[in-house]
Amino acid sequence: MTAMSFVYLAAILFAIGAAAVLLRRNAIVAFMGVELMLNAANLVLVAFSRMYGELDGQIMAFFVMVVAAAEVVVGLAIIIALFRARQTISLDEPAELKG
Amino acid sequence: MNFVTPEIAWAPLTPILIVLGAAAAAVLIEAFIKTPATRRLVQLTVTIGALAVALGMVVVQWVGLGDSAGTVVMTGKITVDAQSLAWQAMLLVFGILAALLFAARTADGEESFTSLGSVPPGSTEERLARRAGLQVTEVYALLLFAVGGMMLFTCITDLIFLFVALELFSLPLYIMVALARRRRLLSQEAALKYFLLGAFSSAIYLFGAALVYGSTTQIDMESIGIAIDFIPSNDAMLLAGAVMVVVGLMFKIGAVPFHSWVPDVYQGAPTPVTAFMGAATKAAATAALVRVMYLAFYPLEWELSWMFWAVAIASMVVGTVVALVQTDVKRMLAYSAVAHAGFILVAFAGLTPEALTALPFYLLTYGLATIGSFAVISQVRERAEDGGVAAEAVRLGQWAGLGRRSPLLAGAMALFLLSFAGIPLTAGFIGKFEVFSAAVAGGAWPLVLIAVLASAVAAFFYVRLIVLMFFTDVPEGAQDTVAVENDLLTRIVIIVTAAATVLLGIVPSGVLNVLQDAAVFLVSAG
Repeated sequence: MTAMSFVYLAAILFAIGAAAVLLRRNAIVAFMGVELMLNAANLVLVAFSRMYGELDGQIMAFFVMVVAAAEVVVGLAIIIALFRARQTISLDEPAELKG
Repeated sequence: MNFVTPEIAWAPLTPILIVLGAAAAAVLIEAFIKTPATRRLVQLTVTIGALAVALGMVVVQWVGLGDSAGTVVMTGKITVDAQSLAWQAMLLVFGILAALLFAARTADGEESFTSLGSVPPGSTEERLARRAGLQVTEVYALLLFAVGGMMLFTCITDLIFLFVALELFSLPLYIMVALARRRRLLSQEAALKYFLLGAFSSAIYLFGAALVYGSTTQIDMESIGIAIDFIPSNDAMLLAGAVMVVVGLMFKIGAVPFHSWVPDVYQGAPTPVTAFMGAATKAAATAALVRVMYLAFYPLEWELSWMFWAVAIASMVVGTVVALVQTDVKRMLAYSAVAHAGFILVAFAGLTPEALTALPFYLLTYGLATIGSFAVISQVRERAEDGGVAAEAVRLGQWAGLGRRSPLLAGAMALFLLSFAGIPLTAGFIGKFEVFSAAVAGGAWPLVLIAVLASAVAAFFYVRLIVLMFFTDVPEGAQDTVAVENDLLTRIVIIVTAAATVLLGIVPSGVLNVLQDAAVFLVSAG
């Protein structure tokens, strides 16, 4: 099993995440898709870091994890505020903005 | 593996450290000052003070540059050069103007932001919060974080740290969009859309950066540019990575087909926030795209040019055509912003040195007109049935006869619209002229031809609003439905931006000369 296999795996995870964002109508599931995409990028960074025998990629993965955590905080706050107002988190339901 | 402590030259980072330090202080002020009215005053003073001091520091650094191109703060990570200082100064000016708009109030003492962001719209808790006089003064801290992140965004030369700065300025914007006082459902929905699409685009950007790292073994832009020369340019992983990085940045600029968030967010966000993000996000994202293209991906110029052409043409055409049929002023300006994203991308054709002067100037003129026009929008209000002042009057029909109600507001709005359209004697004309000549110098005359045609069509919907304001009578029985606000801070912003738009249109040479000196990137790697 070479490090390149992990890159292919990451590409698949990224595609699944992107599909979830674009296709699923539940805000939480779409949000999980974004997180999957970020983690796929982390996997690529770590895999290449391993392949080249240096630490750069792994250090970057740490930065990405911290940023992703901050993003979760903001994202969930917005989703909860919206849920309190509407009692639903469907992305189809809010339809005030059109055109 | 041994660890080498990086050497950091802190001095050139002073303006950014001041802004981010003030942001941290602003969070503390939230915790320690209990009275909302005092807190608002302190926050406003701290915010404007910090931004003004940082602006002064940027100018001092600019003067101190002399003949040198700048300083490498941290090898391969951050470089503060003349180009970056020019963008930083621009962002600070936008930040100060936005802070003034944030503090603006209506005659009834009503701010643009909700009294408590966490309570549901229309609930008892919301009424209680309003009666208690609560205010979301956190917006000033968020504004400082956003400005600091954007300033950092213009001087980072490393793809991963660029991602960190991207999120640093995006996250505060997501929150600020959700905090409108009126039409809160709309505002929260816009925030959700902005957040999901923004996070989606950052993830695309990050994956692209990781792929570029994989194919070049480098992550700082200069080394990437050098490494690309040694690998075949049809390397699929490198091309995919480069395209994804550029797509992530184009999302922030708001170019078609990555524009779907623009109209919703422009319409739903509180108007001062729309003004700020419309001007500043575009400027910061353009600055980063310039650096990425000129430092890292210039060897791929030919491979990526099809993408810039396609996106630029699509943005100009879609933005212009869809803006023609809008009936909401904020949405119309949003689609005009999409068209302007196309004009910005036109300058990237050929990656000429001229574009390094043209782009900052264009973004400056565009940003001033954007802040000014949204400041005008925040002053035109509907009148509530009890005689008080209600939400903003954003339907086009409600703007009929504004020229008679308030010649100053309508005149300023007309000026900004003419500047958007690129009519001579306004700043927008010089900006467009510079951008188009940069593209012609890059050999992209077909692109410029389309851009000129799009400008001509776009002039139609700008002029339509001007005709509506000055040459249409107020409909019978609708005289009392629109109220014109008279807030001092907003008036200051409108007058400053209008004056700057005229000045830059008539005597642009001073600023252009300064920006010509800024058209250098400091390249450190050998």
